[in-house]
Amino acid sequence: MIELRDLTVRYGSTVAVDDVSLDLPTGKIYGLLGRNGSGKTSLLSALASYRRPTRGSVRFDGADAFEDPAVMRQTCFVRDTLDVNDAERVRGVLAVAGWLRPGWDQDYADRLLDLFELEPRKRISALSRGQRSAVGAVLGLASRAPLTILDETYLGMDAVARSNFYRELLADYLAHPRTIILSTHLIEEVADLFERVIILDHGRLLLHEETDELRGRGITVTGPADAVEAFAGGHPVLGEQSLGGVRAVTLDWRPEPADVARGEAAGLTFGPVGIQDLFIHLTSPSKRLEAIR
Amino acid sequence: MFDDRSPIYLQIADGIKNDVLSGALKEDEQVMSTNQYAAFYRINPATAAKGFAQLVDEGVLYKKRGIGMFVSPDAREKLRAARRERFFTEVVDPVLVEAKRIGIGVDEIVRHLGGAR
Repeated sequence: MIELRDLTVRYGSTVAVDDVSLDLPTGKIYGLLGRNGSGKTSLLSALASYRRPTRGSVRFDGADAFEDPAVMRQTCFVRDTLDVNDAERVRGVLAVAGWLRPGWDQDYADRLLDLFELEPRKRISALSRGQRSAVGAVLGLASRAPLTILDETYLGMDAVARSNFYRELLADYLAHPRTIILSTHLIEEVADLFERVIILDHGRLLLHEETDELRGRGITVTGPADAVEAFAGGHPVLGEQSLGGVRAVTLDWRPEPADVARGEAAGLTFGPVGIQDLFIHLTSPSKRLEAIR
Repeated sequence: MFDDRSPIYLQIADGIKNDVLSGALKEDEQVMSTNQYAAFYRINPATAAKGFAQLVDEGVLYKKRGIGMFVSPDAREKLRAARRERFFTEVVDPVLVEAKRIGIGVDEIVRHLGGAR
């Protein structure tokens, strides 16, 4: 179990992570979602012991993680800086990872290099953005670290490379189960891989939930304004818009089939809310949308 | 494949039930393991496991320890009975509602169905 307690990360007067407490059972794939500046990288840096929290603690099976060499050896944190010498060649970077990582699988790393079409002799400084991300993916996967943290390790990758990355991530996790935390903006294309989703908003924990619980969690209701009003009464509204006498509201509510049948009889239509839409609604400033004219 | 309109574990369960009903999965036939299923459909294995657990709870599948999961001998009959019960309320009644909305009478529907006989 990984336990975050009252975790706060502050840069001067800026609060990046604000009093976050989380229990993360090990052996699962987590998706960390949040808008730009929501504190994802700061949270992950503290989780990986790259940054000492201003307040609070991170514990791995009860042991304080910060500067504990045993915990550090088990943690692989891949961020966009890659934390490698840019003048080094790809092959050299992987060799260093091989020395540092007890679980390193060189054969697997070589197969991943082929998959991502990475030239081992190339210097890191000569790689494109997508190729740098691919090196990060190789480092993260071939390390087989019990705690693997991948911070937006897809930036600049094209659709084919991302698809390969997700397939490898899942296949290698199935063969070697471990804790993987992946931060991303591209929710729709990876949500199926996540067992649980964590959403940060302005440094605060907004939600930590089984991914499957979010599917079908919300609903949109469209119809005559007064009928929509009557149906929506009392349920949390995530968003709304009107056009003439027609109103559409997005509710954070999963109605029973009988409720839907009753609504349909009253002239309402219902639509699903996908995970991406739910995320957008949950993290948008909570001001009412202006009526469309 | 799956959409995110409803929990994936329910979609998995529905998909396997449809395969049992259609005969694509036979009684006492072994189904994919959760890991095979997860790799094939590119979903988290815990989600797949939840779908299979649901089917075991409902008696559609049974487990053989250390071997895998199999289709229950009476699964097809039980599923058919349950679906037949819901057929009129969930399939026919909505058709009648739509027919009424657009002015198609029951007689006209009966004539159409007669042609399909």
